[in-house]
Amino acid sequence: MALVLAPELPLPTWLAALDAQIARAPNFFDGRPVLADLGALPAGTPDVAGFLKSLEERGIRIIGTEGAHPSWAGIEAWGRPFPAASKPGRPMTIPDEAPKNTPVPSPVAQEVSSLVLDEPVRSGQSVVFERGDVTILGSVASGAEVMAGGSIHIYGALRGRAIAGLAGNAKARIFCRKMQAELLAIDGVYQTADDMPAALVGRAVQAWLEGEQMKMTALD
Amino acid sequence: MAKVLVVTSGKGGVGKTTSTAALGAALAQNGANVVVVDFDVGLRNLDLVMGAERRVVYDLINVVQGDAKLAQALIRDKRVENLSLLPASQTRDKDALTNEGVARVIGELREKFDWVICDSPAGIEKGAMLAMYHADVAVVVTNPEVSSVRDSDRIIGMLDSKTARAEKGERVEKHLLLTRYDPGRAARGEMLNVDDVLEILSIPLLGIIPESQEVLQASNIGSPVTLANPNGVAARAYFDAARRLGGEKIEVVVPLERKGFISRLFGRRVA
Repeated sequence: MALVLAPELPLPTWLAALDAQIARAPNFFDGRPVLADLGALPAGTPDVAGFLKSLEERGIRIIGTEGAHPSWAGIEAWGRPFPAASKPGRPMTIPDEAPKNTPVPSPVAQEVSSLVLDEPVRSGQSVVFERGDVTILGSVASGAEVMAGGSIHIYGALRGRAIAGLAGNAKARIFCRKMQAELLAIDGVYQTADDMPAALVGRAVQAWLEGEQMKMTALD
Repeated sequence: MAKVLVVTSGKGGVGKTTSTAALGAALAQNGANVVVVDFDVGLRNLDLVMGAERRVVYDLINVVQGDAKLAQALIRDKRVENLSLLPASQTRDKDALTNEGVARVIGELREKFDWVICDSPAGIEKGAMLAMYHADVAVVVTNPEVSSVRDSDRIIGMLDSKTARAEKGERVEKHLLLTRYDPGRAARGEMLNVDDVLEILSIPLLGIIPESQEVLQASNIGSPVTLANPNGVAARAYFDAARRLGGEKIEVVVPLERKGFISRLFGRRVA
């Protein structure tokens, strides 16, 4: 679930509005992959690469661009240009207060690509880790959610939500030792408890994507 | 070393106030110096359960705001002399509580008592947050039903993240008190059984209080059940829980009402 930023002309005004939002929610962009949708900028816009650099100076991590004009210099350096609106990112609103996600991955551990939690995830808590896999040794309670850029492994009961493949990773999977989930999602394809096969409830299960369909099977 | 204990649950009506009174009285009856503090500002009940409603002059809000001294607001129990009550205000609301004021009052109480037992309001708003903030120990009161268990789970998460101890990187010691437990109904699958609840919440079990008329009767006469009916099944469960809080290791058993021969016979037939 990459965030999409769609800058508009005039760019200085747009940047000022962005700064105001960052001031209200300083940690909002921390660790979030952001896609820059440049479709609204005319082909003649000068120094787009410099503009993207100024976004990065604000702590925004650009993972790619969308709708970029091929004539812009240096645009490839900003990640693979996605064709315009091939797979629209989900619109998100910036909350006034940054969400309190329990385990804030420290900035020092920039290279760490997996997150291991020894504790159960309690109802109302939300674990978000966009850089890779999440492993949870306890249970995920009803009303709790775990979101990962990669796969999710839960060695207890999954009673809440598990959302894998956040940044568009269709290869991500969800594993749990006891499946009582409220919702599973991989790369935007989701299934609620109502749609899950009753025979799998309470068992060790893995879920993965085949095309646009979620598949589930028992592991035991 | 004084301990601050919060009795909390998230959900309302599960037995926080009853348990605060019963545990507070039990700890005091065992010789500790105990104060029970009502944090349910605006909906105070603890004074009624303690039978002190006709003696309230000053309350927690007066002390928090500096309008009264702590000694003026504390009400000493008439039955157990080392048990005191700090009542809540009925006319104010939770916004009258301030972080600094509560910190100061809790600090003063720590100097005077062995146990400071805070009766949390239901919910996860300011009153409940302030009631748990200074806690060293938490008793999470849960009924054996899914909504109560999920709310308790939420509260446990907050005890691990929104308390003074959590902010210092320390833990709040958490205990589960299962109340209104009916072994018959649990056996018939009409409520969650003990193992289900323990599996979901994964914190140690402090005690199981059976659904009992004794508890209701005690509340109605304005007495903690451990004082009103100390030999009853509910009171004995609270006494055991209080001793476990003191660090004793006592096995937790599912309490059963003592029944006559005939009813036991029929009880078995039905089961």
